[in-house]
Amino acid sequence: MALYSEKVMDHFRHPRNVGVIEDADGVGEVGNPVCGDIMKIYLKIDGDIVTDVKFETFGCGSAIASSSMATEMIKGKPVSEVLTLTNKAVTEALDGLPAHKLHCSVLAEEAIKKAVKDYYDRNGIPYDPAQFPEEEEEGGACRFR
Amino acid sequence: MIYADNAATTKMSREAVAAMLPYFEEYYGNPSSLYAFGQKAKEDLEDARKRIASCLGADPREILFTSGGSEADNQAIMSAAHSGAAKGKKHIISTAMEHHAVLHTLDKLKKQGFEVTLLDVHENGIVTAEEVRNAIREDTCLVTVMYANNEIGTIQPVGEIGAVCRERGVLFHTDAVQAAGHLPIDVKAQNIDMLSLSAHKFHGPKGIGVLYARRGVLLETLISGGAQERGKRAGTENLAAVMGMAKALEIACSNMERNAERMTAMRDRLIEGLDRIPYGELNGDRVHRLPGNVNFCFEGIEGESLLLLLDDKGICASSGSACTSGSLDPSHVLLAIGRPHEVAHGSLRLSIGEDVTEEEIDYMIAAVTDVVTYLRNMSPFWRDLVNGKRRHVFSE
Repeated sequence: MALYSEKVMDHFRHPRNVGVIEDADGVGEVGNPVCGDIMKIYLKIDGDIVTDVKFETFGCGSAIASSSMATEMIKGKPVSEVLTLTNKAVTEALDGLPAHKLHCSVLAEEAIKKAVKDYYDRNGIPYDPAQFPEEEEEGGACRFR
Repeated sequence: MIYADNAATTKMSREAVAAMLPYFEEYYGNPSSLYAFGQKAKEDLEDARKRIASCLGADPREILFTSGGSEADNQAIMSAAHSGAAKGKKHIISTAMEHHAVLHTLDKLKKQGFEVTLLDVHENGIVTAEEVRNAIREDTCLVTVMYANNEIGTIQPVGEIGAVCRERGVLFHTDAVQAAGHLPIDVKAQNIDMLSLSAHKFHGPKGIGVLYARRGVLLETLISGGAQERGKRAGTENLAAVMGMAKALEIACSNMERNAERMTAMRDRLIEGLDRIPYGELNGDRVHRLPGNVNFCFEGIEGESLLLLLDDKGICASSGSACTSGSLDPSHVLLAIGRPHEVAHGSLRLSIGEDVTEEEIDYMIAAVTDVVTYLRNMSPFWRDLVNGKRRHVFSE
């Protein structure tokens, strides 16, 4: 299908890192069912390194592909580097996304950052709140598309 | 490949293709030309008009060729509205689940000062003649209600609505794009003043359709120019397409009963199979339903990923999710029958063809069941439903 790049279709058909980490050190969830996409990221962090990452996604093909690609990009990386991940980098790694699907890569970036924030919160690690996305309200207006 | 998107478009029949071919190379004359070669084209055009009229119970003079269903809808509604306005009537009645060709035309009219009442279609997607009667006012100039819905397949009581409109002296238009060639149409018996149809929904060519307008109904032109179509639709006639449409409609009408019976059995087999998927529900009425239409919502999944995975399994289907509609909201039809957004995102339409086999039906049941299960297993929304963190909309 010409809608998506080969890379997107590969990550959609064979998503990497799908699942749950029961004893995760940080969990981040963004999106809401009313808008048609939810991403949930689970991080296992050992001595500042993301040793394992899993995701669950409810959403379209590009949402699943974006989560898969984003998890691949942060696996084995120090947390400080994980926080520099941008939606643009995810999109580029997927060889692009259609304009109306770019928000899927934003969700991936935000879900990961939220998981890191959760890790910081759980461990009492100080951080600058400005580097994290604002909390969404459940039932609020859909932000994208 | 299993093509299960016949509500989107259909494969042309061999007979319809064969009916068109001579008009590309052999009889390519312009029906407006005076010489015999042009007049041959004119005669064939008029013969096709006669044959189409007879399929609808209409007079040939009441058949106007258009570029398709959308143009016919636009012209019908604009004409009725503006002739109503000339008599001081600026109120139109329709439903919330019409095709966008109707709804967007009504939006345009609202900006011109018309008042539009969109009737509630209830959970089964059906509006009653009584509700139409109650909505008619002194200043109502048009009732436009589709014959059968393109997404959920519900069939409206068109004949009853037509009778009410005739009794009250209000023009009645029906968008019969999904019905033509599949359901019986008799414009006289059903008191239909205007009707739109499109050839490519019944194995005819794309880019051609009909606006039926009862004699005495004033039409305004959307496309100005030459005097074709009794001055109501300018532009050299798409003769080959008209010939293909006439042939396709004749075939569809003469096989209608047999096709409907067979397809209804196939449809119900498919519905029964998909009904076994937990937390899914059929959209639309089980009985008053197009013979080829199956439409389900499944909780916890999103329609586009469902379609892509079905495509990988060789099944062409469609969905009303926001991602597939390219807008912020899921299908207006699913919202109109009361499906919440989160459920409407997980919709699937399979519109089967006349030649579908039992094996194909069973393959589709198995494929959809697999894909829904697979997607649910990676869905945090589904996990929350299973864990009781969110409430199910459907029962198991």
